[in-house]
Amino acid sequence: MSAARSCRPPRALAGLFVWRLRNTGVRQIPCRFVHLYHVASNRLITFQYFNFLKRMYVTQCNKDLSQRAKPKSHSIASPFHELQQLDQEKKVVHKISPVSPVHQSWSEMSSSNEFGEIKSAAETEDSVITVGAESKEDRQWKEMKLRLDDLPGILARLSKIKLTALVVSTASAGFAMAPVPFELTCFLLASLGTGLASCAANSINQFFEVPFDSNMNRTKNRPLVRGQISPLLAVCFAASCGIPGIALLTLGVNPLTGALGAFNIFLYTCCYTPLKRMSIANTWVGAVVGAIPPIMGWTAATGSLDAGALLLGGILYSWQFPHFNALSWGLREDYSRGGYCMMSVTHPGLCRRVALRHCLALIGLSTVAPVLNITTWTFPVISLPINLYISYLGFRFYRDADRSSSRKLFFCSLWHLPMLLLVMFTCKKSVLEKEDKGDLPVGSHEMAMEIRLP
Amino acid sequence: PPAHSRSDWIGPPDKLSNLRPVIFYVPPEETALERRLREARQEAQASNQRFWARHNRAFRQEKEEFIYSRLKAKGLEMRDESGQKATLNAEEMAEFYKDFLSKNLKKHLQYNRDWYKHNFRITFLMGQVALVRALRWLRRRKKNAEQ
Repeated sequence: MSAARSCRPPRALAGLFVWRLRNTGVRQIPCRFVHLYHVASNRLITFQYFNFLKRMYVTQCNKDLSQRAKPKSHSIASPFHELQQLDQEKKVVHKISPVSPVHQSWSEMSSSNEFGEIKSAAETEDSVITVGAESKEDRQWKEMKLRLDDLPGILARLSKIKLTALVVSTASAGFAMAPVPFELTCFLLASLGTGLASCAANSINQFFEVPFDSNMNRTKNRPLVRGQISPLLAVCFAASCGIPGIALLTLGVNPLTGALGAFNIFLYTCCYTPLKRMSIANTWVGAVVGAIPPIMGWTAATGSLDAGALLLGGILYSWQFPHFNALSWGLREDYSRGGYCMMSVTHPGLCRRVALRHCLALIGLSTVAPVLNITTWTFPVISLPINLYISYLGFRFYRDADRSSSRKLFFCSLWHLPMLLLVMFTCKKSVLEKEDKGDLPVGSHEMAMEIRLP
Repeated sequence: PPAHSRSDWIGPPDKLSNLRPVIFYVPPEETALERRLREARQEAQASNQRFWARHNRAFRQEKEEFIYSRLKAKGLEMRDESGQKATLNAEEMAEFYKDFLSKNLKKHLQYNRDWYKHNFRITFLMGQVALVRALRWLRRRKKNAEQ
């Protein structure tokens, strides 16, 4: 792999990605990217890290506790294959420098392909069913013995730790938006509990989906697929995360949050995962799964299910659709072969309509926020540009229905949500106004902050 | 896998089914329960392999046929002047994908049911085996402590 690194194209491509992402305005991590780019210019690491970050956002698509096949499919490994197929220029790809011939399709590609997958994809000109990473190691027979020092890494991958981190961050957003004084212990407990619940749900999801994961490029390197861990251990891990997590939420925060957490695990593992292969309704269920964490954050802070919680959940619910539908547009082949019922395959028109509909809904929801006293009226005004932009891209996707518009929409969704939440937070209605009603945390709490308006 | 090894070995993904084959180790002192577990795993492996190999092969074949028929309808050949394989664009392929998915939905539903059954049974047996082994180990320790 390092040999490929020394080619110039990879670097140019990495640069292209930086440029792309910069252009799409990934505000959170621009410095990280720039830093990476400079530091790791000739190393595979840059690219891998790129993929890592992209993948992080890719998997974020499902914000829900699980990675839907889509999100899994999110990894753009398959679209890559499709691109290979569809591009008229098939270039002979060398094993060593797979990236250069891929240059053409690369510039169209969205992202998060693992390097190994790209290589393999590039190699097999017409094989849709790529056998796997070309790394020698992968071709060998491995002993199915669990090594303790591998265990943390394996468990991290099993629990989809990056996706979990994103889920926890949406829950924290929900917590932060709640109109109560900030309590650190509550916040930490809620985040930890949500994180554990998410780990459990993701592990069970992987446990259920082993043969399907092995057939889809994005997911074929998962621990259970590779036999690095036994199914029994996966289930035990899930139980040992889920039970303490829910207990922590119920006892340490409040029963409502615990109930929501348990419900979300159930929804994800027992409804969404099987539904993926049965009907397109899975997308809506998955969107609910993604919407629940911020609601959990809110109820953790306030202890009750207010309109504000539902609004936040609604925003995340609506966001899932442009995000996922745009992503799944490029993964139709893998879905079709894997047997996943997704709108992009079976009802493409509906897929695009729904994406557009929910982009517009985001505008509506942002306008409702001040009505419910969650934010000031500056919020709909400030968020209007980004909401209009994503709606515009949604409209383009609706009208053009091609790869480039779907990709544009997907990338926009990646930065749109963090920005929206950030703007929402800065426009949050001050808690100071509610001081007479509220009780300032004293004594046992380590720290109490009052959120002020900027 | 080496002859002296006392664990299962897992190999690279199969070309047709993309599943990784496992060679199971049969310990000389295998209990009846362990044998049931091993046989369940072997059966699941075989059944999965059969399904996916057939399914993937069908996919590839039908895809080729579809491309061929469409190219023919357009009056093009399978390979253009430069010898490259001609392909259809995403929208045309989408029709095929939709078709293929709906044709195979029933097959998938049946397979899902079978897979979930296998998976649960195997995991449950694994749990039983682990429990038995743990109890045996505890008993042995107690005996050693008494001696």
